[in-house]
Amino acid sequence: MAISKEINGVEEACKDVKDSMTFMLGGFGLCGIPENCIEELVRLGVKDVTCISNNAGVDNFGLGKLLKKSQIRKMISSYVGENEEFERQMLSGELEVDLIPQGSLAERCRAGGAGIPAFYTPAGYGTEVAEGKEVREFNGKPHILESALTADFAFVKAWKGDASGNLIYKATSRNFNPMMAMAGKITVAEVEELVPLGSLDPNEIHTPGIFVQRIFQGKSYEKRIEQRTVSQNK
Amino acid sequence: MLDKNGIARRIAQEVQNGQYVNLGIGIPTLVANHIPEGLDVEFQSENGILGMGPFPIEGTEDADLINAGKQTITALPGAVFFDSAMSFAMIRGQHVQLTVLGAMEVSANGDIANWKIPGKMVKGMGGAMDLVASAENIVVAMMHTNRAGASKLLPTCSLPLTGVGCVKRVVTNLAVLDIKDGAFHLVERAPGVTVEEIVNATAGALILPDLVPEMSL
Repeated sequence: MAISKEINGVEEACKDVKDSMTFMLGGFGLCGIPENCIEELVRLGVKDVTCISNNAGVDNFGLGKLLKKSQIRKMISSYVGENEEFERQMLSGELEVDLIPQGSLAERCRAGGAGIPAFYTPAGYGTEVAEGKEVREFNGKPHILESALTADFAFVKAWKGDASGNLIYKATSRNFNPMMAMAGKITVAEVEELVPLGSLDPNEIHTPGIFVQRIFQGKSYEKRIEQRTVSQNK
Repeated sequence: MLDKNGIARRIAQEVQNGQYVNLGIGIPTLVANHIPEGLDVEFQSENGILGMGPFPIEGTEDADLINAGKQTITALPGAVFFDSAMSFAMIRGQHVQLTVLGAMEVSANGDIANWKIPGKMVKGMGGAMDLVASAENIVVAMMHTNRAGASKLLPTCSLPLTGVGCVKRVVTNLAVLDIKDGAFHLVERAPGVTVEEIVNATAGALILPDLVPEMSL
């Protein structure tokens, strides 16, 4: 018998989040973000949280909604443009910001989920990012030591999932979701379609259900596009 | 003098058959429009696609299919999607063979700065630090001078660095320059641009060959 992770909905998924916790949120820009969980975190009003997310949303969508209500104390991201409120809070000192290279962010989450406490990477050597970090040469090239990241809750978004917590992502909405799913003490997966057990092909699952503690089908998805670019019909 | 598309057209000549290429945001993105017919090249975008195609026909945009600039794109036949850890394994592991990116400053020893202006602009480095730390071939695409007319090719960078000693070639609106032995080496000049104009616009050490050919575009 499969272990079921299925829960009733977003309220149950977020029922025990608390102030001052660390959250991971999947997504790149507004692509593949856990829209329903973000709405619920706004509704619950948890505050002083640390958010680990590649980006910080835009002013009125995604993590921008949590920022607007000053619920975030610290952001750990790689790119935070496109958000005026973010910039204001950062420059005024209300918001603590840790900017880290995108590949290091992805690998730090992966490491956190994979039981690797730290790793060496060439990214950031000789820059502000390397300040205070151990430097070691391998094959004649300097590398810096980066530590693993974990979170009290990881909120991820997938295209399809089943009650076992197995997940399949669509196109480039995969991005940070698989690594963050691995690194959450409690990983909440919201999916566009919760399908019956057995209907996902085990050959094609991206995130094995062992990494997921709670799964539900999101009520609705706006899936906002940040930069709508098109070609002329030829 | 070249416009942004001209710079992209010149950089397209750097792309070799069979290469996997990562194009940064801005001028580098335009390079894809100038790859000659018949060249087999795959574009990687670090948010998780290899085999990136052109922008979609209006009405077929997919919010789940974007590039690292968050623009809607398409996937070509043979394309593949992957997660961010896999994406940077391709980059750090030097499987991506050519990186083209923009810069605010480049120094004569190959340092690059493109992610932060202290007190003014803090957007973050995104994938740029991983890309420049690992790529074998890094070409910078940028204007030779900033809006105030000051050179962006400097003895040393004044802005916070993105990477050290990593840039091999710079293509600007005025020239193609290689970086080696702590100096810029003038390789080609843009159509209608004199060597003197390039000398005047370059603050870092500049080595001039006897003959400076004009770019053929």
